[in-house]
Amino acid sequence: MAIEVRIPTILRTHTGGNKTVEGNGDTLAALVDDLDAKHPGLKNRLVTEEGKLHRFVNVYVNDEDVRFTGALDTQVKDGDSVTILPAVAGGC
Amino acid sequence: MARFASLVDSLGNTPLVGLPNLSPTPDVRLWAKLEDHNPTGSIKDRAAISMIEAAEKEGRLKSGDTILEPTSGNTGISLAMVARQRGYRLICVMPENTSVERRQLLEMYGAQIISSPAAGGSNQAVAVAKGLAAEHADWVMLYQYGNPANAEAHYTGTGPEILADLPSITHFVAGLGTTGTLMGVSRYLREKKPEVRVIAAEPRYGELVYGLRNIDEGFVPELYDPALLDSRFSVGPQDAVRRTRQLVEQEGIFAGISTGAILHAALGIADKEVAAGRKADIVFIVCDGGWKYLSTGAYAGTLEEATSALEGQLWA
Repeated sequence: MAIEVRIPTILRTHTGGNKTVEGNGDTLAALVDDLDAKHPGLKNRLVTEEGKLHRFVNVYVNDEDVRFTGALDTQVKDGDSVTILPAVAGGC
Repeated sequence: MARFASLVDSLGNTPLVGLPNLSPTPDVRLWAKLEDHNPTGSIKDRAAISMIEAAEKEGRLKSGDTILEPTSGNTGISLAMVARQRGYRLICVMPENTSVERRQLLEMYGAQIISSPAAGGSNQAVAVAKGLAAEHADWVMLYQYGNPANAEAHYTGTGPEILADLPSITHFVAGLGTTGTLMGVSRYLREKKPEVRVIAAEPRYGELVYGLRNIDEGFVPELYDPALLDSRFSVGPQDAVRRTRQLVEQEGIFAGISTGAILHAALGIADKEVAAGRKADIVFIVCDGGWKYLSTGAYAGTLEEATSALEGQLWA
């Protein structure tokens, strides 16, 4: 088991074109480090130099926005599903 | 009193109805705020009328003026209705992958539509509108993503209506687009009943919609203040369509697809409240009726067919 991470089209240059990749870690930060080791450059697209999520990147663990669950400190575990998406304007 | 001087005056005071079949237990209840009961059939009437009246009051908008707005549909329809009656010209910048009904309604109300590329989604509609506004200094862009009058309509209208109808409210769930509904209602509830949890449901579109989006060119509405939310969920088209169908099948409420996404988040919270053994009164927003989305195929065929038909469309 591992954590499945869905990668948006714009970041697939880092994952060899793969839509989903797998990684490990107890927190989102650890997961991102693990992913960056396998897919160099990915972390730089997601996390700022100050160690925060980029303003226009949204990350969801099991569909919940991590900015409300501890951001990069959000706990993750095997079997979780992580989705990365660019922030978009919405309507309704 | 259900008599009004004009259609615009009938705005708001929409019904709040219980969901006896979809509520999980008698102690954890779901309530739908039927915003399709507004003048043009969507919650956006509140923001549109509020923004126009604020601009009139400030002297920014006079009869004969041209209003410009980036919109995926509902706000444009609301603005078009008011604009026609008050003698404004309306230009809507709209992504080309929005439903045909929305275009037809805009044209019927006399609005002019400028299409922005599907691949750029609403972000590009915003960018195109900002560019046009810069070129035409005499056009008035109300700009729903950053206009305080949008959130204000919910602070003075939607929020007070809900609390008056259901003082026992524990959770409020709405869609996250311009963020106006959530920001305005939350600000009101935080003042009057701060223990109410405020939850956003955000539509997750298909790959095509995000496809060419550069992460550095993302968009967060100026109105958005995350401190006014307690959690935020991303809901994909399959869950949105499934819940939209449940709502009509089990409760008789024929709603648009974004409402299905909101109901999905509301039901998730309901399950957690049941598991925790708490009482809960969960209010969620029905943004609009399903009429404008019939052509998307969301209401016919299997769930898989409906979901794949929505791929590439801005369904909320």
